[in-house]
Amino acid sequence: MVTFSACALPSRSFGPGFVALAAVLAITVPLSGTAAVDGPAPLPVEEIATGATPLPVEEIAPGVMLHVGRQEVWSAANGGDVANLAFVVGSECVAVIDSGGSPALGARMLAAVRARTPLPVCYVIHTHVHPDHVLGAAAFAALEPRPRFVAHARFAASLAARAGHYLAAAERELGHAQEAADIVFPDIEVADTLELDLGGRALTLRAWPTAHTDNDLTVHERATGVLFLGDLLFAGHLPVLDGRLLGWLAVMDELAELEIALAVPGHGPPSRAWPAALQLQRDYLDGLRDQVRAALRAGRTLAETVNALGETGTDTWLLADEFHRRNLTAAYAELEWED
Amino acid sequence: MNAPSLLLASILALGLVAEASAQKSDPDRPEANATWQQVRTSLFQAQEIRTPADAVITLDAPERAQDAAIVPVSIRTGLEQTPERHIEKVYLVIDNNPSPVGAVFTFTPASGRADIELRVRIETYTHVRAIARTSDGELHMATRFVKASGGCSAPPGKDMSAALANLGKMRLRVEGDVAPGRPALAQLMVSHPNHSGLAMDQLTRHYTPAYFVRRVEISFAGEPVMSADIDFTISENPNFRFWFVPRGDGELKAEVVDTRDLRFATAVAVNPLR
Ligand SMILES: [Zn+2]
Repeated sequence: MVTFSACALPSRSFGPGFVALAAVLAITVPLSGTAAVDGPAPLPVEEIATGATPLPVEEIAPGVMLHVGRQEVWSAANGGDVANLAFVVGSECVAVIDSGGSPALGARMLAAVRARTPLPVCYVIHTHVHPDHVLGAAAFAALEPRPRFVAHARFAASLAARAGHYLAAAERELGHAQEAADIVFPDIEVADTLELDLGGRALTLRAWPTAHTDNDLTVHERATGVLFLGDLLFAGHLPVLDGRLLGWLAVMDELAELEIALAVPGHGPPSRAWPAALQLQRDYLDGLRDQVRAALRAGRTLAETVNALGETGTDTWLLADEFHRRNLTAAYAELEWED
Repeated sequence: MNAPSLLLASILALGLVAEASAQKSDPDRPEANATWQQVRTSLFQAQEIRTPADAVITLDAPERAQDAAIVPVSIRTGLEQTPERHIEKVYLVIDNNPSPVGAVFTFTPASGRADIELRVRIETYTHVRAIARTSDGELHMATRFVKASGGCSAPPGKDMSAALANLGKMRLRVEGDVAPGRPALAQLMVSHPNHSGLAMDQLTRHYTPAYFVRRVEISFAGEPVMSADIDFTISENPNFRFWFVPRGDGELKAEVVDTRDLRFATAVAVNPLR
């Protein structure tokens, strides 16, 4: 999610759509065996280095653990716990997929890893640059041996440009003074695809053209067929456009062709229905494109367009009050350059 | 085209940049803001500014910005642009922005109307002001309070490689039917990152140098229609809607210059229906 790609997020209370959250979470698919039976025994609590309370995680496939973030805007009240975070346990080491919305949350994610396995964390993969996905990195960067950080080839440039802004927003919105040291740049950059071996299981990383952002990366765990989509897929939470609308739609066409057993969005519950899990998002983004194109053809200005369409097409979504008008603005600024 | 924005430079020299973001604004007391007081003195000395000024100038902007990096602002004027009396200048002032004087527009009788629509970055909760100076020297001001945050120190755009690849691409078009001697509406779009340089690059620990369009000049059949001294207050991909009066066939021409002294130009033939 982008809460403040270009400005601060609104620090107001959640809209009426928020009560629908419980309903959305209730449709979470049945997940395979949640008991950790195969892995090494959990560490005693005193060995959890950070002393942080482990984030609750679910075993969505053998050795594949998911923490489902809240469907809220990034704020002090939720400690930045709004994005989905995951880890995959191999026979030699662990890969973490997105580190969380604050260093404290990263520490809780690390505690969740430690509660599950003593194996080292060898990779921290960031699916894209947004702060609710990456500001937990410092907790992992402090580990010995230090894991290698992996991201899209355009991630570093984007993070470099945005980091100061993210830190300021973190201080303003989370009330947490952060330092530049909390920003961790990738050691391994993915321009196309990359295979990571965790011992006995491999992750396939794929870098995508500009869509949700200009640095979206997916992680495919082939053995179990789990695909981590980052914010290329939103479920429940209104999709947020911080890249290129037409690019995103094209990427979704390619994603729909993949063989997937379980799709994990960046926000909201995972789904086994593929490619059907893309449909609501496609409907929303298609509608955004078609309505904005129609407004442009009718000679409407940006302000007129946002005012006219500000309440449309968001019925099934959470957080529409926070993000729909921004999406209209972004879509207009993109599509007005179409021939 | 060569003249740098002396006005903006003098405002910057006042040291307002550093102070501006520290200012707090009371929505109900638009005169109280200290930055505004300094800008006012610098631009207009002690001259009277009439407000409200609905018959001369109005300002429209959203109460809360959806995206602080792209806030649509519409300035409308009530005077006909006659040689006898017209609006010569419109100043756009955003009190709490790092550069409070974001744009100074110059109009002529050939503008037809001194209306302008554009998109701006807004750093924090602030008053936004449009001040018109008429050819007989009067000042009229319209003010709106806008809630926004983070627009100016915001990171560069959503697709950084695409922004540079398209640098300087322009579109200029006339909207609707055009009749001789009647004001016609036109739009200029410029593809330019127009960034503020206020976002620190955490890799290099340096601030990206500011890089923005500083000057826009529009002419019709060789006559100036509208010009503007602007800065990074204007959003990425600067976009202006303005008016001009085509008295006969002619070329509507737009030229822009950025802070690296790169020049971009485009033109469109206009043939009013008779
Ligand atoms: Zn995101």
